[in-house]
Amino acid sequence: MTATKAPTEPPAQRPVRRPGDRLFAGAARGSGIFILLVLAGVAAFLISEAIPALTAAPSEIPDGNGLGPYIGPLVLGTLLGAVIALLVATPLAVGIALFVTYYAPRRIAATMGYVIDLLAAIPSVVYGFWGLAVLAPKLVPFHAWAADHLGFLPFFAGPASASGRTMLTVGIVLGVMILPIISAISREVFSQAPALHREAALALGATRWEMIKMAVLPYGKSGVIAGSMLGLGRALGETMAVAIILSGGAGATVNLISNSNPSTIASNIALRFPEATGIGVNTLIASGLALFLITLAVNMLARWIVNRRADFSGAN
Amino acid sequence: MKLSTTTRAAAVSSALAATLALAACGASNEEPSGSAGAAASGGSASSAAPELSGALVGAGASSQQSAMEAWQAGFEGENPDVQFSYDPSGSGNGRKAFLSGAADFAGSDAALKDEELTQAADRCATADVFELPNYISPIAIAFNLEGVDTLNLKPATVADIFSGKVTTWNDPAIAADNAGVTLPATPIVPVHRGDDSGTTENFTAYLHEAAPDAWTAEPDGVWPLEGGENANGTSGVIDVVTSTAGAITYADASRASDLGVVSVAVGSEFVAPSAEAAAAVVENSPVVEGRGDYDFAIELNRATEGSGEYPVVLISYHVGCVQYDDAAKAAAVKGFMQYVISEDGQAASSENAGSAQISETLRTQAQTAVDAITAAG
Amino acid sequence: MSTQTPLAPVGATSSGNSGPVREQRRLPRFAPLGLFLLGVAVGAGLSALTGFSVALTVIYGVVLGSLFVYLASRSVEGRRKASDRLVTTLVTTAFAIAMVPLLSLVYTVLDNGLPRLDGAFFTNSMYRVVGEGGGAYHAILGTVIITALATVISVPIGLLTAVYLTEYGTGRLKKAITFFVDVMTGIPSIVAGLFSYALFTLIFGVSVRMGVMGAVALSVLMIPVVVRSCEEVLKLVPNELREAAYALGVPKWRTVVKVVLRTAIAGLGTGITLSVARVIGETAPLLITVGLITGTNLNPFDGRMATLPVFAYYQLTQPGTATQAFLDRAWTAALVLIILVMALNVVARLITRFFAPKTGR
Repeated sequence: MTATKAPTEPPAQRPVRRPGDRLFAGAARGSGIFILLVLAGVAAFLISEAIPALTAAPSEIPDGNGLGPYIGPLVLGTLLGAVIALLVATPLAVGIALFVTYYAPRRIAATMGYVIDLLAAIPSVVYGFWGLAVLAPKLVPFHAWAADHLGFLPFFAGPASASGRTMLTVGIVLGVMILPIISAISREVFSQAPALHREAALALGATRWEMIKMAVLPYGKSGVIAGSMLGLGRALGETMAVAIILSGGAGATVNLISNSNPSTIASNIALRFPEATGIGVNTLIASGLALFLITLAVNMLARWIVNRRADFSGAN
Repeated sequence: MKLSTTTRAAAVSSALAATLALAACGASNEEPSGSAGAAASGGSASSAAPELSGALVGAGASSQQSAMEAWQAGFEGENPDVQFSYDPSGSGNGRKAFLSGAADFAGSDAALKDEELTQAADRCATADVFELPNYISPIAIAFNLEGVDTLNLKPATVADIFSGKVTTWNDPAIAADNAGVTLPATPIVPVHRGDDSGTTENFTAYLHEAAPDAWTAEPDGVWPLEGGENANGTSGVIDVVTSTAGAITYADASRASDLGVVSVAVGSEFVAPSAEAAAAVVENSPVVEGRGDYDFAIELNRATEGSGEYPVVLISYHVGCVQYDDAAKAAAVKGFMQYVISEDGQAASSENAGSAQISETLRTQAQTAVDAITAAG
Repeated sequence: MSTQTPLAPVGATSSGNSGPVREQRRLPRFAPLGLFLLGVAVGAGLSALTGFSVALTVIYGVVLGSLFVYLASRSVEGRRKASDRLVTTLVTTAFAIAMVPLLSLVYTVLDNGLPRLDGAFFTNSMYRVVGEGGGAYHAILGTVIITALATVISVPIGLLTAVYLTEYGTGRLKKAITFFVDVMTGIPSIVAGLFSYALFTLIFGVSVRMGVMGAVALSVLMIPVVVRSCEEVLKLVPNELREAAYALGVPKWRTVVKVVLRTAIAGLGTGITLSVARVIGETAPLLITVGLITGTNLNPFDGRMATLPVFAYYQLTQPGTATQAFLDRAWTAALVLIILVMALNVVARLITRFFAPKTGR
């Protein structure tokens, strides 16, 4: 190896602890600990700034009903949007991952994977622009159709929004945004499915789908779940796209297609923060704390699922 | 293969280098005007006007932002040595910044509160502050209804529309004031602002005062009712209304020109939004009693019955000290306020922000305050 | 990957497994595609009956197209083959559907953004610009400065942590760091912004806005990405290299710096570039920590700065009276942002290709 020059020091009996070594090891270890401190710091500073809102009288909180009623609908909206995103994205992402790993012509498969990854490279504010200018108007007829034909479900109770700037549209945009995350991880695990199993299935005369069903999907299941959880975490915290598209601010409702939608925590912060003062700022930070805890829980769950599979090395 | 990657890498790095080179040369619209300005100031040193220099920092209402950009452009054009900045951090934060000394003046959608007045006494050389309603913007109630350009509505009807009690355009409450207008049975889609804004605060204040029975919610920068279509920013609500038949919203009058506009009932007549009508209501509203000589904080008379007054307006103040400790500061604030209330200044904000120009009476009144601005000692 | 040979392109699937006993009946090569398109066409017709809509066309089309393919295949080729065809159709459709938003997005941004993609956009700021004209010079520089600052903060910490995890870490501390770094990748960007705001507010008072606040917020988002990608790369450095260095008596820290990091330099460069691309388009944290100004502020420790994403956001949502000029600037800013991110991605790929280690992986 060219990197190791001629030996300049005599071989020591055991690796001696030199000052340089200690310094470097200390720095590396310190950085690791520093990251833990940062994470703790995020929680600590959010809590410290949220305390005035947590202890304030209900009438002082914006809207005058207290912190719970303020944050409650926001949490509901956050979850609604993220769950729709997940429902939209997961089947598509699994399909894409299968397509890229087992269906697309080999020569262009890698390029196709890269093209899907491009979706992850587009800034969220651009997704917001696109959702507002292109997708929302396009979905208006679908909203009307859903209100007419699926109106018996509480989700589609209507009346249908005339602008399309609804939770449904937001969910779809969020779905597109988390598509590359889920599909990248699914692709990874699908391509790692043991070759022996796949060959055995094909040798027994299985069709390609039967091979995938028997050899790939059981193997990749936990990876897909973990990827979905990571996508969910991302959808929960998405700010700008929601802030730009959603006609939010209504109370707790699960109606996805009307013009009254609950806002999401993140978009509510983005919309209110620039003009907020005093206890309003603390309330927004308290809602941010709630979002932090929710995403933390989702991500920890996802990582726990991932880590259960020792042989799976994580994203990308 | 190796060669082609090399070429490509070279292309990329040269592109990056080009970008950096581009970046290094400075914003072309800032550089020349600065040097030209410096030359001009050297030339005009002999002129009678006192030279203004140093930093002038404002902070506050984001509603004034567009106007402030126009004022900055005009003011700095005349006084190139002043580094002007305006931080649109919100009215409350702006007042706080002014009181703490972080800002030289504040832009605020509301006048100083009493306890803030006490603090201002410590901040300024004397207890006197000036509060000038320099930014007046009529808020139009705009709608999108095929073939209808204008409608007459009573405040209570407006309140009922926005609270969802009146749901179709051919409702008797609307028809009663609009004889001769063919009203369709289209459902009404009220659209409100989704973000925290001074426009919402002033509009809800209007409903609250002009139609106290129909509108019980307290005035607030955040829309106080639950539900309903909303959008982000003035352009957001205008976009939604433009694309949605039967929609109605409230927005800066300058932006509502392509839509139908409501004339609201004032006394026995119906008044459409206009600069004159907006200035008239500000002019005729009583000044808050018991404040300083130059404190023109007004009690906006939104329930006015005066002829030719349009009461749905947003007013935003400039708040500053009558006496500053620092002479350069005092001169800069004085110069800026002088420009803002001048016809040029008001025309500039009117062009960029669509605000209404202040009337002669208001200008005369503001001039007394501007003349009084001095440095201590 | 010898297994891939039987998994040749769609349509030629059963070429290899025609049974030795009886001749298998198969659909003609382009029949599935034709049937699917027919289904889509019928779907479009159906949705046209109720007033044409793209969403309905796609739904009807995919359902009908898949159904046609399935039925035809089932009658000719049998049930198993038919479900295989059905899945092939669905999987391909999934990919095609995912392409729709991407293409639509790129088209929309190009269509709206190109008109203002001129020299003035890159050389002018919005300082004293009223209405038309102006540019994003100040915002582009602000984005570059803040992102660079975030990189300066994140890379040493991230890289050292990755070194710790691969070279030094043992036991519970390593496990904890790995786990929490993973968890940290999921912190919502707005929470990172709030954190930075809370931190600086405690030190400097309420209405503080500085470029460095944004850099700190971006660092919170960036550090875990740097750690993850660098860790993956460092793991790929063969142990033989380390052992050879130790055998020659090189101190461990010099081994890490001179052997491990140097061998992995290409991967590290790629990882860091991609992590920069990850944060450069962030809007929310900058919105609440850095704000926006019209002029050029190059000092990240003093006052507000303009950044490209926030600039685009405010141009779109708070235009002045000359609305179209503001919208044009917003879309062009979005376009420039995408170009920046794409350029970083390309740079990352070039680094991989260019400096790839000569030693085998």
